[in-house]
Amino acid sequence: MSRVEEVIAARKAAGSGALVGYLPAGFPDLQTSIEAAVALAENGVDVIEFGLPYSDPVMDGVVIQAATQKALSNGFRLKHGIEAVAAITSRVDVPVLVMTYWNPVVQFGVDRFADELLAAGGAGMITPDLVPDEARDWLAASDRTGLDRVFLAAPSSSAPRLHQAVEKSRGFVYAVSTMGITGARADVDTAARSLVGRLRTAGATSTCVGIGISTPEQVREVFEYADGAIVGSLLVKALADGGVDAVAKAAAHLATAK
Amino acid sequence: MPLRDEVGPYFGEYGGRFVPESLIAALDELDAAYQAARVDPVFQAELAQLHATYTGRPSIITEVPRFAEHAGGARIILKREDLNHTGSHKINNVLGQALVAKRLGKTRLIAETGAGQHGVATATAAALFGMECVVYMGEVDTERQALNVARMRLLGATVIPVISGSRTLKDAINEALRDWVANVDTTHYLLGTVAGPAPFPVMVRDFHKIIGDEAREQVLALTGKLPDAVTACVGGGSNAMGIFHAFLDDADVALYGYEAAGEGHLTKRHAATLTRGRPGVLHGTRSYLLQDEDGQTVESHSISAGLDYPGIGPEHAWLHDIGRATYLPITDDEAMQAMRLLSLTEGIIPAIESAHALAGTIKLGKELGPDAVILVNLSGRGDKDMETAGKYFDILDTEALEAEISEPAPDGARGDNA
Repeated sequence: MSRVEEVIAARKAAGSGALVGYLPAGFPDLQTSIEAAVALAENGVDVIEFGLPYSDPVMDGVVIQAATQKALSNGFRLKHGIEAVAAITSRVDVPVLVMTYWNPVVQFGVDRFADELLAAGGAGMITPDLVPDEARDWLAASDRTGLDRVFLAAPSSSAPRLHQAVEKSRGFVYAVSTMGITGARADVDTAARSLVGRLRTAGATSTCVGIGISTPEQVREVFEYADGAIVGSLLVKALADGGVDAVAKAAAHLATAK
Repeated sequence: MPLRDEVGPYFGEYGGRFVPESLIAALDELDAAYQAARVDPVFQAELAQLHATYTGRPSIITEVPRFAEHAGGARIILKREDLNHTGSHKINNVLGQALVAKRLGKTRLIAETGAGQHGVATATAAALFGMECVVYMGEVDTERQALNVARMRLLGATVIPVISGSRTLKDAINEALRDWVANVDTTHYLLGTVAGPAPFPVMVRDFHKIIGDEAREQVLALTGKLPDAVTACVGGGSNAMGIFHAFLDDADVALYGYEAAGEGHLTKRHAATLTRGRPGVLHGTRSYLLQDEDGQTVESHSISAGLDYPGIGPEHAWLHDIGRATYLPITDDEAMQAMRLLSLTEGIIPAIESAHALAGTIKLGKELGPDAVILVNLSGRGDKDMETAGKYFDILDTEALEAEISEPAPDGARGDNA
């Protein structure tokens, strides 16, 4: 069992679920992004999803787009992302998964990226635009290093595709709650509940729901049927508006759902 | 295997589907519908009927001897896609995809556009078939192609200026993909070039290969032999794939794609993807792209909005690697001079995109000499480019234009329906 799986299983055993918090590296600057991630860990977040800024983030809504764009215009480089992972994991014990679009990893070198992420204490990678069908290099590199690999499952995914996502993922399966991109929504789609049910049928034992979740009520609701809830845009907005203190507060507020 | 038989999803190591899982079902559905349509005589007849009665196909070929005098005296023959309804080759693909979308029961078309030609063509098809239409266009491009924005709106489309990223074509594609992820049940993403995730590169190529099929017969009938070279401009690469395809297995026919070199391919302001880029993943496909060391997409530049794209279709990447086609850079100025030359010598005003192919052909003609026959894909007409050309050559009566603009517009005439 990977560390992420252990953390999620422990939260489940406690009768609750795991809170996964997303923040992008380098926003508003590298040091602050490290402090903010540490603040997540110190305020009840169980798994950190640390996003690497990319020029063409097709799965992201305006809040995360604006943040990652700012990080890039401030001169963010991939090596900074790995340094930040090392800095975070040296201070807190919460597993850190890197969320990244695929081209930066390809250009860095898939094996080199896996090696450096492992050396930095990273737990693995979430790949929003890489489906298992195209992931041969990453499947090999993650098997070699033992890093987690989180693939996405969508309400539109066929049964064979859900089966594939479950089979190829390690850590958890990322259940996309709704057909759309990141950003807070008033209602987390009922499609999420049915998707998680279908993933369970496909054999999933570790499933976290993301996209659109921004309140403790929504987190609690997700815990009723899934193993974890992923919150992103709300935390990014808190960081943009109120700095690390606001992120800490927002995380603590979400953690009341646990 | 003949090169013409390559149907993807990979061309050598290029192509594939690098998209969010949410889109896979839609791509599978599209692929199945397209595979059924391409062998369905009813579908083919419907498309052929539209080509004949709406687009104006077959498009003619025109030999241009006065222009050719400036190109080493080679015989130069233009394939006149500029004469198609809506003014470019883009309509070929749009009508085909719109018919497929109808078969899928989709009621809404979305598209990205750079120069506006693909957006206009998509808005046209949406009007023709009674479908809703939303076109994403980089804010920078809405400014330099204002006339096409007006055309799309007149056709009933909603034009959304994209203000994310570099505010050009690549960002318009990102926005269209985001829209598609959220609205895939009702919406078909009518991608305008031979890039993107499978099945787009093959499907778009197939809808454009009529260009080369017609031209091959027409040139044979005119000259009694195949051309020595076929030339086209390349941004994403749809018009080039369309004309190249019929000749892929004619070993004696050289194929030349001309990329936009902007201010020079050795400067930072160009869109010469094969000349200066390297393989990577962008917009759902593995191909060459302009990127920095970290794989962040680098902004491209071209005076022609339609070529201002940092990627290129995967089939071109493959043809480049195996040496079947040659891709060379053409600067803004070379293209503009060729635009003027064709206008002055033949009375044909080409789109600035197509003028890149003309500029390349001038060089090629000088290399090949007077015995050569060169077929050029004149992919679009230049009406949309009059403001750019007017400023470039300083032939715009700007005082008169400003006077016209400063007069208050009638109510609603400048309304934004975005």
